[in-house]
Amino acid sequence: MHIVMTLLKRLIYAAILLTAVLVLNFSMMHFAPGDVADTIAASMGGADAETMAQIRVEYGLDQPFFVQLFAYIGRVLSFDLGYSYFYNTPVTELIFERLPATLLLAITAQVLAVVVGVLLGVFSARHPNGIANYFVTIFALFGYAAPVFWTGILLLIGFSLKIPLFPVAGMSDVTVQGGFFVKALDIAHHMVLPVLTLSSIFLALYSRLSRAAMLEVLGSDYIRTAKAKGLSNREVTLKHALKNALPPVVTLAGLQFSAVISGAVLVESVFSWPGLGQLALTSILARDTPTILGILFFSALVVIIGNLVTDLVMRLIDPRVRGHA
Amino acid sequence: MTEPLLKIENLRIELALRSGQAPVIDDLSLELNAGETLSFVGESGCGKSMTALAIMGLLPEKVGSIASGRILFDGRDMAQMNDTELRAIRGNEISMIFQEPMTSLNPVYTVGEQIAEVLRRHKGMNKRDAWARAIELLDAVRIPNAKSRVSAYPHQMSGGQRQRVMIAIALACEPKILIADEPTTALDVTVQAQIFDLLRDLGRDTGTAVILITHDMGAVAEMADRMVVMYAGRKAEYGPVSPVINHPRHPYTKGLISCVPHLLAELTEERPDLTEVPGIVPALASFGTDACLFASRCDLADDKCRSQRPPEVAFGDQHSACWKADQI
Amino acid sequence: MTQIDDTPAKARSPFSEAFEMFRRNHAAVIGLVILLTIIIIALIGPMLYPGDPFDMVWVPLSPPGEEGYLFGTDYLGRDMLSLLIHGAKVSLTVGVSAAFVTVIIGITVGALAGFYRGWVEEALMRLTEFFQVLPTLLFSMVIVSLFGASLPMITLAIGLVSWPAVARITRAEFMRIRELEYVTAARAGGVKNNKLIFSVILPNALPPIIVQAALMVGSAILFEAGLSFLGLTDPNVASWGQIIGSNREYILDASFAVTVPGVAIFITVMAISLVGDGLNDALNPKLRQR
Repeated sequence: MHIVMTLLKRLIYAAILLTAVLVLNFSMMHFAPGDVADTIAASMGGADAETMAQIRVEYGLDQPFFVQLFAYIGRVLSFDLGYSYFYNTPVTELIFERLPATLLLAITAQVLAVVVGVLLGVFSARHPNGIANYFVTIFALFGYAAPVFWTGILLLIGFSLKIPLFPVAGMSDVTVQGGFFVKALDIAHHMVLPVLTLSSIFLALYSRLSRAAMLEVLGSDYIRTAKAKGLSNREVTLKHALKNALPPVVTLAGLQFSAVISGAVLVESVFSWPGLGQLALTSILARDTPTILGILFFSALVVIIGNLVTDLVMRLIDPRVRGHA
Repeated sequence: MTEPLLKIENLRIELALRSGQAPVIDDLSLELNAGETLSFVGESGCGKSMTALAIMGLLPEKVGSIASGRILFDGRDMAQMNDTELRAIRGNEISMIFQEPMTSLNPVYTVGEQIAEVLRRHKGMNKRDAWARAIELLDAVRIPNAKSRVSAYPHQMSGGQRQRVMIAIALACEPKILIADEPTTALDVTVQAQIFDLLRDLGRDTGTAVILITHDMGAVAEMADRMVVMYAGRKAEYGPVSPVINHPRHPYTKGLISCVPHLLAELTEERPDLTEVPGIVPALASFGTDACLFASRCDLADDKCRSQRPPEVAFGDQHSACWKADQI
Repeated sequence: MTQIDDTPAKARSPFSEAFEMFRRNHAAVIGLVILLTIIIIALIGPMLYPGDPFDMVWVPLSPPGEEGYLFGTDYLGRDMLSLLIHGAKVSLTVGVSAAFVTVIIGITVGALAGFYRGWVEEALMRLTEFFQVLPTLLFSMVIVSLFGASLPMITLAIGLVSWPAVARITRAEFMRIRELEYVTAARAGGVKNNKLIFSVILPNALPPIIVQAALMVGSAILFEAGLSFLGLTDPNVASWGQIIGSNREYILDASFAVTVPGVAIFITVMAISLVGDGLNDALNPKLRQR
């Protein structure tokens, strides 16, 4: 009962946020110089004032702002994000074609960064003078200061051009034939460098935070209790300390979803990864506004879903978040 | 007479300070017999808790260490044991409850799991048996409705209930020694009395020896068989409770007792905390010096007190480390 | 070896104490020296190295050192060193001004949300969350593409998408300080709200905001580099990210044209980060006692 109510509340809030994104989208489109009529006219190779006016009436562009806004929201609710005049395809279709690639890249990188970051953090907290501490410090500096696209290019030069271990670009090799397993392996092979690049930014964050959280938890009273029970170091660290150190890391990871998507745009560009970021860039250079706004809407949706998942994970880890049963 | 259960011989614990090593426990010797209750009394910072942590092998890493002396438990020296040997004793034959019940339980596990865990670790019980035993233990520490409370999380319990859970954890493996470090300081007065009653009854039922660290003189009088008064890392006075309280042979003990009005007249539910003896405990750095460390706060002190460490003088079972013991 | 400090701390003014802490932090001092060097290069470099960096001077993509061109030439035969020096000015200017915009918006939103309870706080926090849902880079790409890729617009776009972090920190500080005795006392003494916000609470809330502002400069430089790497910048102005972006097709023949500007960004942002960490330690009274 309790959990259903909380979930419902969260979903309603998410819906409100998404509506706000739509309003923002529409306002930007409305107030930016140039409109759909200009785009269509341009794609037709120019049009006179009369044709322009006709197009504006046809697309409802002569209507007041709020009428247009509600019409736009109504269209989005029926999964119609508009039509891309550049690709000659409905925007939703374009996005669904590209979304899986971005999700694959972003989620893998995020999971890798959290897992490796937490492991490094735990290890360096347990051994304050150990080698892991230097790794955490170096990663932290590098992850913060190195532009992610530059890291990607360095990896590309090193492990694809100089030492040809990994493919230069793309997500799969069309010449590879075989069953599901062979194709999955091919994609995994293409994924290595982009995923490493993208996770490098976040690895630093998570390892630093989990080290700090572990150090704090290891000094707490209940860890002393766990030691007084005669538990092994392993049990004290992995059972009693880690589960208490995770919440701040999970919270941070949840806040990073939007940053992961941003990073993915750059990484996709470096490795020609056929995802939303690449689509966004081409649409922007082509001034394909419906597609751009559709992507912004979907990326916000992904971030909101990511936040909901984070909430659920937090409830699993920390009983205090669950409240009184 | 049989061998004592725990025998501490000339224990010296040093703390690393910027100015060098300081002995927080200096030449401490004492014995604990099976089934008896021994009380450590003294102001904060006198080394009571350090002694307890040393017995558990839980001195703060890299800060405190045992410099010399022996801690004999069942004839074996715990100061020389490695971590594996110590872990087999901790929580099993010697267990400990702490001052802060609000923070001493792990917030992310149910209390049942935290009790069952020790039983699985030391008694080799399987999950189901350990869980069933955890319910029995919660019942034994007088938590109502144990069967449903066993799946509660610490944040769903009051401070007193959490301390009861700590006691259940500590007594789960029927230890030979239970160390209770200020177990009631953080609790309400009425709850304090209940916890003391519980400790006394359970100790009696199981034959567990108890080391009670406290500054509640009322609790000492009510619970303990013998007491150790500690001052600045050294034993000031040592002996059976009633002669020490009736006729203290150390000015510090005398000061402590006079701070508690009507201590012997009538024991009430309300136990006032020790108010401090005038003056302050000397700085850690001066702990090792060859002098009576209480001299700066003592009316009777003379040059000898300030230049030579007093030896222990015996008055029957009662021992006092004071140059003027016979004048008190 | 861990030690307990038993020597009493000397009483000094907070400012000199913070300065002393910072001075003793070698990494932070090195960072500051590097940063000052880069700033000086960006300021006087264009004077020492006059001429249009976009002029073709030599064979395209010739390696560093050839014909006296220290860092070689780019794909259009332009002097890399000249591009880097002129790019430094652009990258730093955009970085600092975008961080300024970020901090101004962040402090305003955070201070109001942290000072007032009720609907003001509620509305502003929802606004903050809303901005955190939009992926920053994508959002700024959209702004720049819709409203034009000029340097002022890029600066504004970076500020407009980055402020939530500053707002959150400011709000947390305000909520903490607003409950302290001296604020209550000032309030009881009839001090007006806007005076309370700006002259009583804000000065005390500044230390973490200053640290965040310093780090924001680094983030903004990275942000601008990302945008110009993607080509979303004024094509007539050289910046570090733009040099990388325009030469990326040629990494097989001339990797230096991509790696060298990256090193410039890396060193600058690292120096800022070291200074930021040093400021954080120096301004954090809890750490000072260690």
